Amino acid sequence: MTELWVKNACVIDPIRGINGEIMDIAIRDGRIVESVSDRADVIDAQRCLTLPGGIDSHTHVSGTKVNFGRYMSPEDMRAGRTKRKGKMHVTSGYYVPTTFGNSYRYSAMGYTTLLEGAMAPLEARHTHEEFTATPHQDMMANTLFDGNWAVMDAVREKDIRKTAAVVAWTLKAARGYGIKLTNPGGTEAWGFGEDLTGIHEMVPHFAVTPAEIITTMIRANELLKLPHSVHLHCNNLGKPGNYQTTLETFDIVPDLNPARQTLYATHVQFHAYGGGTWKNISSKAEEITRSVNIKPQIVMDMGQIMFGRTMTMTADGPMEFNLHCLHHNKWSNHDVELETGSGIIPVTYSKKSAVNCIMWAIGLELALLTKNPYQCLLETDNPNGAPFVKYPEIIGLLMSKRYRDEECATLATGVEQRTSLFALERELDWHDIAVMTRAGQAKALGIVNQGKGHLGIGAEADIAIYPIRTDSVDPAREYRKVVEGFQKTRYTIKRGRVVSREGEIIVDGANATFWVDAKVPEDLKMENDPEFIKRFEQFYTVRMSNYPVQDVYLPRGRRIETEVFT
Amino acid sequence: MIEHDVVCPFCGCLCDDLELETEEGKIVKVQNGCALAESTFMNDVRLPAPIRRTETGWEDISYTEAIKETAEILQGADRPLLYGWSSTHVEAQSIGVHIAELIGAVIDNTSTVCHGPSILAIQEVGHPGCTLGQVKNRADVIIYWGCNPVEAHPRHMSRYTTYATGFFVPNAQLERTVIVVDTRRTDTAGIADEFVQIEHGGDYAVLSALRAIVRGKTSVIPAKIAGVSKEQLIRIVEICKTAKFGAIFFGLGLTMSRGKYKNIRNAIELTDELNRHTKFVISPLRGHGNVYGSNEVFTWMTGYPFAVDFARGIAFYNPGETTAVDILRRGECDAALIVASDPGANFPRDAAAHLAKIPTVIIDPHVNATTALSRIHIPCTAAGIDAAGTAYRMDGVPIRLKKVIDRGYMDDAEILKKIYDHLNGGKGP
Repeated sequence: MTELWVKNACVIDPIRGINGEIMDIAIRDGRIVESVSDRADVIDAQRCLTLPGGIDSHTHVSGTKVNFGRYMSPEDMRAGRTKRKGKMHVTSGYYVPTTFGNSYRYSAMGYTTLLEGAMAPLEARHTHEEFTATPHQDMMANTLFDGNWAVMDAVREKDIRKTAAVVAWTLKAARGYGIKLTNPGGTEAWGFGEDLTGIHEMVPHFAVTPAEIITTMIRANELLKLPHSVHLHCNNLGKPGNYQTTLETFDIVPDLNPARQTLYATHVQFHAYGGGTWKNISSKAEEITRSVNIKPQIVMDMGQIMFGRTMTMTADGPMEFNLHCLHHNKWSNHDVELETGSGIIPVTYSKKSAVNCIMWAIGLELALLTKNPYQCLLETDNPNGAPFVKYPEIIGLLMSKRYRDEECATLATGVEQRTSLFALERELDWHDIAVMTRAGQAKALGIVNQGKGHLGIGAEADIAIYPIRTDSVDPAREYRKVVEGFQKTRYTIKRGRVVSREGEIIVDGANATFWVDAKVPEDLKMENDPEFIKRFEQFYTVRMSNYPVQDVYLPRGRRIETEVFT
Repeated sequence: MIEHDVVCPFCGCLCDDLELETEEGKIVKVQNGCALAESTFMNDVRLPAPIRRTETGWEDISYTEAIKETAEILQGADRPLLYGWSSTHVEAQSIGVHIAELIGAVIDNTSTVCHGPSILAIQEVGHPGCTLGQVKNRADVIIYWGCNPVEAHPRHMSRYTTYATGFFVPNAQLERTVIVVDTRRTDTAGIADEFVQIEHGGDYAVLSALRAIVRGKTSVIPAKIAGVSKEQLIRIVEICKTAKFGAIFFGLGLTMSRGKYKNIRNAIELTDELNRHTKFVISPLRGHGNVYGSNEVFTWMTGYPFAVDFARGIAFYNPGETTAVDILRRGECDAALIVASDPGANFPRDAAAHLAKIPTVIIDPHVNATTALSRIHIPCTAAGIDAAGTAYRMDGVPIRLKKVIDRGYMDDAEILKKIYDHLNGGKGP
């Protein structure tokens, strides 16, 4: 039995309605309890800001394309290297760090749970191998279905139950967490070098549209009672004028789940562009947030970009090729048979580029114009918009108009007229930030009842104590203190153990991997479906029996079972 | 007993549809496999126990003794080299990286004498590729450049390319055009619709000419380039540009001939260029069963796919300096641990000779040319035969190798773990 007593903590725990109370937190064997014995270890939080452990609901840290980003970038590896020290392994890399680099830096920032944004089921084993080498965060993997042949066949047949059955089989085989759609239909078209330009355009050879894929998958998702909603990277990412596609997509989303959103729209900054060319691109954040503000069924994340060099990586293969044709730098592409695509290119976001400045402004606008912070979560689509180590700066920008004004003064000319950011007075408070970095994520991912994102009795004791005194720091003026405070916790506690102290990792990690075992009626089990098996054996290059990820890859797997539907 | 869907661990194809018949713990029959697979499973003659060199020959020693001495050799070395890794599973490879980190060693894998140049090219210009199933289901043009899959990857064509029935290519043999580019008429050239014979060392020039033609600069091309006629080059570009999906596979004929990584860079840039007209991909034909796995593990743990030097405490990478051959050639290395490979047979003579001068330990199931250069040989399981673990196919698809039989050997991951524990005062990685 291990016990820990955190006293004098200034707690913000939005899910439980606690906003800045000085409290004590008792922990036994990894969970929060009513009280502990007097033999418990004691941490005096000295009235510092204490939040549930941070949760990243959309990041790219593990798996085939992340590792390929590392593989092709020795220049980045030199940018962030540290030696072996105590319990810490060697790390390399800044925007695509090694697995240990990711884990340590997230931990130093108080993050204890991560959702890998995109895992191709065929290559799931790779993601899980890297999860075990990312030891200080609980992990889960969004599973890609955007170009899944069996799904598109079922969608064409308008068969929601069959769609659900394919999803359930695949999630279990990949040990995945939820449904990810990246440029639905577009990644299949990219198999022959094409892309789609709207949600009502037919996917070549499959006679379905992105709109049909999205709506059928939403219904299948709810039929399966998955903890998370469909997680969508909309069509037309990064194209001037794409906000219309985004709004059209939001308009077809029904409100089906009282407990959470029905659609998680990711990195919406990249999908909120007006204009028709790179010359006249403008922000459409107002239109997007107007839609989200009246649609409780939608949660989005910012997809904030920050200036500097980074790596873009996505399953959206055609988008990356278009970007490559603009940047003329190195380009990798990796299409995955019967499932999805992917692409990787390095980029530098520059203040000299009006386009980049507008992108930067849009992300902030989205957060500032969304009324309910639970509907706009703080992410950079790490590392696409910026490496996650930039989150504290984003927090600073959201909390301080003065900081934004100072930054705005350094932007390229002609930006002010094409965004509303310069006129926005809103400054987010500590509670908003707590929602946008943990409570909102826990709710959106459906892991509140797994004990994540709050500090109630029975919750997992994942806690971040920041060296910030909210009673004496004015974030509007002292934003530098805010940024510094969020960069390095005093303590990061994971499942009741202090894993990181003042930025230094002090124990070996013991993370868990959450995955969903969605139950389907006996007659819908794909492993017994002769047509599914036949097509699998004909067109995949691995045997069906060798496809599912074995339990040995999840040494601390946490299976979430759903109720069978009828 | 028949085991179905067994994965052959031999080459980067990792065919996973073999049927193995076992009797009393022995493999007696291999079905669906190529000749290389059959030999891998059937001619698996192992060293029975660890051996140590004596003044006159070899003596048997216990695993405990062999492990302890190996740890002491590594502990006492100033510039140890850990090399090989490509024929074992990811589990052993990752412990290897932990050992290298712990003792400040150089760790390198067989890419260094194989597709190392391809990696360097990819680090300059990226890699437009795909999984093999994309090629199988879609490709109507296949190019084999500087490689001979008929002999080196015998089932590559039947499983993934030329003869494989695909969703969009139901009549594979009729619908696919095969182009073979090589300096000599290989067996693979025999099945080509178009064979391009290049003079030795002419690959770079031919690739450049193709790129020029793709870009519409045909007029600058002379009548012949490295022995290839302008007409043929124009014809090939036409085939490529009108393809629905083209796939280039290349081998050591391109990576290890004159121009080396610049050849690969040129081939990737040709692929890039062709993507502005149609869909094209390019991929190296990787040799060892899990060489790609070693690149993957090294990358997620250290940031670099091969040639990683921990001497400075951080991970440092500078191919040409931190590559195994160069470290040996310079006589810099004073102890070596070889795992799951045979540098004795594959390294340049002077590099291999240095291995014989220093205390070298090999952990490998089989006696090979490196045994003759070593001080200690520790036999172990063979991944995919009597040990399970992950291997990465040449296209990055991770597949679990199976343990088909038990031969009573210790897993190399376990041996390495014990070595690690010795080096770390009894504490694991």
